[in-house]
Amino acid sequence: MPEVNLPTLLRQHAGGQRSVSVEGATIGEVLEALQSEYPGMAGQLVTPDGELHKFVNVYLNDDDVRYLEKLDTTVLDRDMVSILPAVAGGGA
Amino acid sequence: MSGLSTTSAPRAPSSLRLASSHLDEMVAHCLGAYPEEGCGLLVGDALTSTVAVVHATRNVAASAQVYTVDPGEHLRIDRAAEAEGRAVIGVFHSHTHTDAYPSPTDVAQAPDPTWHYVLVSLRHEVASVRSYRIVDGAIAEEAIEVISI
Repeated sequence: MPEVNLPTLLRQHAGGQRSVSVEGATIGEVLEALQSEYPGMAGQLVTPDGELHKFVNVYLNDDDVRYLEKLDTTVLDRDMVSILPAVAGGGA
Repeated sequence: MSGLSTTSAPRAPSSLRLASSHLDEMVAHCLGAYPEEGCGLLVGDALTSTVAVVHATRNVAASAQVYTVDPGEHLRIDRAAEAEGRAVIGVFHSHTHTDAYPSPTDVAQAPDPTWHYVLVSLRHEVASVRSYRIVDGAIAEEAIEVISI
């Protein structure tokens, strides 16, 4: 199963674990499995429209999945998925 | 809607501890990024709110009005910090024409209520640096404590 590194804020929903392993052959399936296994994460990763939430960045190994196939990006068992908050703002 | 939600409140005491060189690094990066907003991440000890390293990052928004920390740099910085037993504990960015106070955009997009949000205003000739906590849309300024490292 692919390993998923969790950001600090999501660890509280996974018993404090820094990383967890969940089933999934695509990023979308991995995130769905995460939200299913850890319901506290529901709604924080994927929008109701089925898009990656703009407040998070998801990486397959070293690559931002937005520059791959987004939620359709293929994930292999040996892959590492990382989730981090998107860091943005500004004086506007 | 703000960033990732949490049920935990930020830790007291509310002050950010850093070296004067960290302040210099943040201001220098923001001046170098001008007229665009400059940004970066603060790595250190979350329990003591002490900055160990200031990481200037690319503003991929490339804008004078908004910033987005390069997601790839964020990943590398986060991994390196965790490997050293540290954490990303905050973010800094510049306001090129407004005061060092969080804008509605900053509040709406604040990614983590446990972080420190450092604002560098370049509005006046001398840069102004202030730090805030942002929790559930509420802004609270905190002291910046300059320490010897």
